[in-house]
Amino acid sequence: MKRIISIIVGMSTLLLAMDSAFAQAGQPFIHDPSTIVKCDGKYYTFGTGSGGLISEDGWTWHSGGVRPGGGAAPDAIKLGDRYLVGYNTFGGGLGGGHANAIMVMWNKTLDPNSPDFEYSEAFSVAESLPDEDCDAIDLGLMLDPSTGRLFCTYGTYFGYIRQVELDPVTGRRLPGNEAIDVARNCEASTMMYHDGWYYLLGTHGSCCDGLNSSYNIVVGRSRNPNGPFMDNVGRSMLQGGGKPVITAEPRLMGPGHFGRYIEEEGVEKMSFHWEADLDRSGRSVLGIRPLLWKDGWPVAGKAFVPGTYEIQSIRSGYALQIDVEFIRVQGGMRRRGEDNQPDVPIEGQQLADVIGTWPEGVIGVKNDFFLARPQQKWQVIPVPEAGGYLGGPYYKIIIEGTNKALAANADAELEAVPEFTGAPEQLWRIDQLTDGTFRIMPKEVPGHTEPLALVSLGDNSPTLAPFNFHSDNSKWDFIMISPLK
Amino acid sequence: MKTSLRILLLASVILAVLCPPAQAQKKLKNTEVASALKGYFTLADNGVVSPDSEGFIRRWMLLDPISKPNSTNQVFTIKYTRDAILQEYFPGQFTMMPKDGDRVRVVMEYQPPVDVSTSYSTYDPNDAGKMIKANLYWHALDSDHFFVKLFRFAAGLDRDRYGAIFWSVTVINCDEDIEDVRLSVGANCGGMWWLNGEEVLLLAGDRHMGVDSFVSKHVTLKKGKNVLRGATINGIGMSEFCARFVDDNGQPVTNFTVSCN
Repeated sequence: MKRIISIIVGMSTLLLAMDSAFAQAGQPFIHDPSTIVKCDGKYYTFGTGSGGLISEDGWTWHSGGVRPGGGAAPDAIKLGDRYLVGYNTFGGGLGGGHANAIMVMWNKTLDPNSPDFEYSEAFSVAESLPDEDCDAIDLGLMLDPSTGRLFCTYGTYFGYIRQVELDPVTGRRLPGNEAIDVARNCEASTMMYHDGWYYLLGTHGSCCDGLNSSYNIVVGRSRNPNGPFMDNVGRSMLQGGGKPVITAEPRLMGPGHFGRYIEEEGVEKMSFHWEADLDRSGRSVLGIRPLLWKDGWPVAGKAFVPGTYEIQSIRSGYALQIDVEFIRVQGGMRRRGEDNQPDVPIEGQQLADVIGTWPEGVIGVKNDFFLARPQQKWQVIPVPEAGGYLGGPYYKIIIEGTNKALAANADAELEAVPEFTGAPEQLWRIDQLTDGTFRIMPKEVPGHTEPLALVSLGDNSPTLAPFNFHSDNSKWDFIMISPLK
Repeated sequence: MKTSLRILLLASVILAVLCPPAQAQKKLKNTEVASALKGYFTLADNGVVSPDSEGFIRRWMLLDPISKPNSTNQVFTIKYTRDAILQEYFPGQFTMMPKDGDRVRVVMEYQPPVDVSTSYSTYDPNDAGKMIKANLYWHALDSDHFFVKLFRFAAGLDRDRYGAIFWSVTVINCDEDIEDVRLSVGANCGGMWWLNGEEVLLLAGDRHMGVDSFVSKHVTLKKGKNVLRGATINGIGMSEFCARFVDDNGQPVTNFTVSCN
C-alpha cells in the first residue's frame, strides 16, 4: 500500500513538474498583461480590470498588484526612478461607438505596501472619437534607447494602430505631436528597438473566447521609429502584414499582448497572455518565454521540456559528462564482405554495463566527445518546490538512471554529488539566450555571491565563471535524447 | 362598388399584417453620396480604370448593406458564412450586373440605429428574427484606398454598419486571355467570391484584413469582360476588403482595366 501511495505521489510530483515547465506557477491568471516591470526586487504585471500580479522570483505569481482606473489593457514602463502606468478607459466599441482615451499616471513604486506607493492623477495622452477609424485602447510604451524618445502606440481591429510621442519626463503628449497611423487591424501593439531596427508588435486573431481564441503575436520592422513597418514578405503592417512571433501550442491557446523584458545582454524574455491554458481550466494565464533574435527578427523560444539530454558545449561540440573511465563497447567497424547480412539494431552502452566501474562518492565533471554513453545522458527535471526565476523553474540535472546530481562546489567548480538533496548548489537555472543557445547557472555557489555560469574555459574543461554573451565558452545546447517518461 | 372597396380595404389590412414594415430609405443624390463618402470613395464614371500599382481593384459597384445582425464575430463558420451569403435576398443576386442607382428590394433583419455615444451595441436580442422590407441601392464608386472600406460606406450612407452583408461587383476587361492567375482577397471578416459565376474563394472565421490573406486556385481572366462578384459579412467591428489578382510569384497582375459595366 505504501508503495502504491509512493508511486501515486511520485507520479503526481512528476506531472506537476511537467506542467510547471509550460506555464507560470502560482495563480498567474490575467488578461491583457502589461509589460513585466521589476520594482524593488519583485516583478509586476497589470491586467484588464483593476488589479495585477506580483512575483517574488518571476516564476510563481499571485494577485496583489494595484492599479486604479479600471478600464482595460494596461502597460507599464520604468522611466528614471519612477513608473509610468497606462490603461484605456473602456473596453473597445462592441457594436457602438469607439470613444476611448489612453490614460497614464506616475508612481514612485509599484509595491502597494511601500509608503511611497501613490499614483498621480491619471491624464490622457491620446483619444479616439466615437466615430473615427481608431479605437484608443491597448497602449504600448517604448523608450527608444538610441534617442531617449518615448513612444506610445494604441488601437484595435477597429481601424488603425496609431503612434504618439510622449515627454519621458512628464509623460504628457509632446506639444504639437500628431498621431501617426502605423498599422491596421490588430490589437495590443507595442514597439521595441534592437540593433538599429524599430519593431512594431501586434496581435492578430480573435480574443476573449477561451479555447476558441485565435490570438497570435506578429511583428513588422522599420529603420524609422515612425515606420513603415514591414513584415518578412514585404507587406506593410498598414496592409495588415505581420511576421509571426508566437502562435498557439497544443495545450495553450491564443498568445497576445506582447511585452519585452531585457535581463541583460543576450538574455531577454517576452511576456504575454495565453487566452486559454488547457491545463488550468482554460483560463487566461500569464506566459513568459525566452525572446530570441533570428536573422534580425524576434521569435519566441520554446518552453524547456523536461527530459534526458546531451548538454553540448557550443565552444567545442563536446558533451558535458561525469569524469569516469571510458569503457569500450564490444564490436567495431563492420568488416568488408559482410554487406549481404541483414541490418539489425545494436543496443548502445547501457548504464548497467558501466555503473559498477563508477566511483561511489563525488565525481568530477568534464567535456568530451559525445558517444551517447551513460555518463553523458543528463536528466533535466524541474524542482517545483525550489521556486524559479523569470519564466522558469529551477531544475535538477542528474545522470539518467541515477541520482548523481550536477552541483557547484565552494571552489566554484563543477562536480557530481552522489545524491540530489535539493541544496541550492544543486539547482540550476536554464535560460535560452537570444541566439537560441542556453546559459546554465547554479542557484547558488557556496561562498560566492557573484552570479556564475557554466563555462567551458577549455574544450574539455567546464567550470563556473561569469557569463559572457559574446563568448561561446558561456553557451550550451540541450540536445534531447528522450522526453521525461 | 362598395363590395369592391371592402375587398380592397380587407386586402390592404391583410397585406399590412402579413408583410413586414418597410424601412424608409430615400435614394440619395450622387452629390450627397459623394459628400457622405468623402475620404473613402469618389463617384466612379462610366469608363475604365487600371488597377493601382500594386494591382488592387478600386472600382466597384457596391450595394447598400443587407442587415444581418450578429453581436459577435465568433459565428463565422464555413456553414454559417455560406448559408448567410447564399440566401437569396434579391433577384439576380448571383448574376445581375447592376447600374449606378439601381434599386433592389430586400427583406432583411431589423436592427436599431447605432448609438455611438456608447461603446456597446443597442441591439436587442428580442428583436432577433424581426424582419423589415428595405430598398437598397447600387453605387458606382472608386475607393480612395487600396482597400474598400465597407464600414465607412455603410456609415456614410446611414445604413447598418455592424452586422451586415456587403455585395460588390466589378468588371475586369482583358485584351486577351490571362491564364494561371489567382484572385487574392483580404477581408474583415468572412465572405465569398465568384469570377464569371464560378465560386473561387470562401473566407470563413474571424480575421483582420490583410493583403493576400486568401488566394484562389488558378483562374483564367478571359479576353473581354469578366465579372468579379463578392460578398463580405461581418458582425461587430470594421468591415473592409481588398482584392487583386496575383501570379504564382505573388506579384500583382495589372494588365487589365476595371469598369462598372
